[in-house]
Amino acid sequence: MPGDLRDGRIVIVGASLAGLRAAETLREKGFTGSLTVVGEEPHPPYDRPPLSKQVLLGMAAADTTGLPMRPGPPMSPDLPMRPGPPMRPGLPTRQPLDADWRLGVRATGLDLDGKRILLADGDSLPYDRLLIATGTRARPWPRPEQAALEGVLTLRTRDDAARLADRLAAGPRRVLVIGAGFTGSEIASACRERGLPVTVAERGTAPLVGALGGTLAKLATGLHRAHGVDLRCGVTVTDLRGDDSGRFTGADLSDGDRIDADLCVVALGAVRNVEWLADSGLAAGTHGVACDAGCRAFDMYGIVTDDVFVAGDVSRFPHPLFDYQMLSLEHWGNAVEQAEVAAHNMVTPEPRRRPHLAVPVFWSNQFGVNIKSVGVPTFSDQVVIAQGSLRDRRLVAVYGYRGRITAAVTVNMAKWLEHYQRLIETAAPFPPGPGAADGHPLVTEFPLPSDVPDPKGLSHGPTVALTGHLPDRRLTVVRPAG
Amino acid sequence: MAVDTLLERITDQANRPDPYPLYAELREAGVARQTDGSYLVGTYYDIVSLFHDPRLSSDRRNRAAPYRGLEAEEPEQMLPFIRLDDPEHHRLRSLATRPFGPPHSPDRIDSMRGEIAAITEELLASFHGRTRIDIVDDFAYPLPVTVICRLLGVPREDEPVFREWSGAIIDSVDIRPGEDPTERQRAGIQARAQMGRYLADLADQRRGRPGDDMLSAFVNDPDPAGALTHEELAATAVLLLVAGHETTVNLITNGVLTLLRHRDQLDRLRREPDLMPGAVEELLRYEPPVHMLQRTPLAHVDVAGTTIPKGVPVVLVLASGSRDPKRFRDPDRFDPARQDNRHLGFGSGIHICYGAPLARVEAQIALSALLPHLSTATLAEDPPPYRHSAVLRGPRHLPIEL
Repeated sequence: MPGDLRDGRIVIVGASLAGLRAAETLREKGFTGSLTVVGEEPHPPYDRPPLSKQVLLGMAAADTTGLPMRPGPPMSPDLPMRPGPPMRPGLPTRQPLDADWRLGVRATGLDLDGKRILLADGDSLPYDRLLIATGTRARPWPRPEQAALEGVLTLRTRDDAARLADRLAAGPRRVLVIGAGFTGSEIASACRERGLPVTVAERGTAPLVGALGGTLAKLATGLHRAHGVDLRCGVTVTDLRGDDSGRFTGADLSDGDRIDADLCVVALGAVRNVEWLADSGLAAGTHGVACDAGCRAFDMYGIVTDDVFVAGDVSRFPHPLFDYQMLSLEHWGNAVEQAEVAAHNMVTPEPRRRPHLAVPVFWSNQFGVNIKSVGVPTFSDQVVIAQGSLRDRRLVAVYGYRGRITAAVTVNMAKWLEHYQRLIETAAPFPPGPGAADGHPLVTEFPLPSDVPDPKGLSHGPTVALTGHLPDRRLTVVRPAG
Repeated sequence: MAVDTLLERITDQANRPDPYPLYAELREAGVARQTDGSYLVGTYYDIVSLFHDPRLSSDRRNRAAPYRGLEAEEPEQMLPFIRLDDPEHHRLRSLATRPFGPPHSPDRIDSMRGEIAAITEELLASFHGRTRIDIVDDFAYPLPVTVICRLLGVPREDEPVFREWSGAIIDSVDIRPGEDPTERQRAGIQARAQMGRYLADLADQRRGRPGDDMLSAFVNDPDPAGALTHEELAATAVLLLVAGHETTVNLITNGVLTLLRHRDQLDRLRREPDLMPGAVEELLRYEPPVHMLQRTPLAHVDVAGTTIPKGVPVVLVLASGSRDPKRFRDPDRFDPARQDNRHLGFGSGIHICYGAPLARVEAQIALSALLPHLSTATLAEDPPPYRHSAVLRGPRHLPIEL
């Protein structure tokens, strides 16, 4: 055991929101050892939510979403300054976070035995403790030659957003968005706000159905239609077509229809960045890297590691409110909170470590409405409109699973979310009792099936998924049948 | 002493200068039923939880018969949004926000900074050559009144007229256990009707001849979705005029009083003027202008092990919640540099103070400009005489020697 947890070498792989928040927290908790942050992108940490909103509307440039950095504790003047990323312009000059930033270089492997990170440039980084925060990337169009057509884009990074914003500003004749999850829907919304014709193709029955269930997703269908989106649900895009010069010209749909468009955004959800861990022996699979409630990674045998921690979109962690199933989240708030817990635990002796128990929260702005969710709406069998109404597009939908409240989704009523979060945390009975000032008794007393679809039948990935109890999916594959 | 007399003691004028020991007693007692049947809640997390509970109504017409006053009989059209629930509250508040804040008028408050600073300088100029001033009459009252008059488009010289109405309206919502409220309520209803007519008439005069004030905006919004009815306009304008000056006066006055009681912090603010926004937040926590708000449960509601019955008044003691040691470290210390200061000074939830952005800017500008004058000033009376209201608590006068 290392003597002093506040000393030694810590490496964070992943230089986005979770990596940054962890680095800041480590310094705030008094970690004085060497801290290295490895990031594949050349940019210092930036914020992603505006990339599918303000940036696509041309209200902000893609390179203006840099995350502010909290400085570490005062450094003694004789310490050499480590190179840091530039501060965001316009902010008061602050002492930079004391960390060594290795940006623009990818981690390619992890040697648990030798306690080293292998980097794409051939270098390797020794560590005493490691935090994995490599997040996700956009799932590409599955056929590489079609994905390579000019005018076929994805949206995940700041560079992606800059490219897409430029294309939208150039005024395409029609935009095709494949996948109607949150990202696809926000892109479609931005297109309509810019007055661009847009077709959305979704294999599921409705936009957002993977996150909200079929009952509430009807509202999303209404939003798309009311804003003039050419919405095609229950279809798959079978082929992307291009002209002789390799420019995207349109797509074929499974129902035989053809869409003529000159810009295509593939919004098929996210892929976890776990390939670099394939030979590491960690429990890393398509749903992410499994860890315990204290953010410590499991190895492939389900044994918890001592020095390897996980946070953010790439993690899978057990949650007591959802039958201790492993949760896989792609949420801003989770990245922040889990990173803080992981960092705390990395520099804190065992008895004072904290569990990551935060209830999932996410939000989306699209078609002029704010949608916010707490809990796991897909962990439900029923849903009820507890406040407001579908007609006014202002409502609180409360989700229940076997008689207890497991989630709530607000549409333009986010100020009520706190109340429902408490009900979820205390496993309050479903449906919630009567008496809401803006409830409609005939509605609030009659829960409907929440109609959660099998995620396999969707174009978009759910941004929150329950992924079973097993730390490593690969072990389930080799189990003999029968 | 018995906890069921807490409300009587809190509202007793003798305790106005320092109600905080009573609030500590209240937090200790948990949810306390009072002799008049109402329930007091004074702990931070319970107050926040009730603010976000959709079963807690702001509409007094939902009170059970014995707690229903005259106001419960008023027609809906005359009620301002502060006393309504969603969806009506949302509709009216959104309409009222169109000329005041985002998304339609995001720069409104910011663009008033210069004007507020100029009004402040004018008032400060009148201090010249005087050795004794009353912070309330000479500064903290005229400043927000002038600002709200300019913002709404109300002639400043009419102040003596609406001051009287405003006083009657404030009296009508005060909490005075053991006193029959009927007369106060009758006077309040009458004052609201008169002030409403006065303001609606002013607005009517601007129909088709708009100025840059909010009354003009209300009657000239080209978007049919932005239209308030005549009654709605009257009720909204009354709310904004009353709330716009009956509260900020306390914030500024309490600020001066607190700074003169904490000279080290006063000196620190002079040295570090960037602390002023945080200092105003701390004032809103430490000596807030609004001490209590009332709600009515629409179902039996469990709070901290007590069931509050449907239809019974619940008094949320915000000023107590903001001093709750379970939420704030060292809560009785005035610390302008306090971190993590999510006080209850402006409430929370859907009714969170509409005018908060304006109140913040006014208090920041006013106190910053006053600081140089305060370094050699002393309180002529400590504690100063207080206004009667326990709900909108603040000094009636604050004489200081320059």
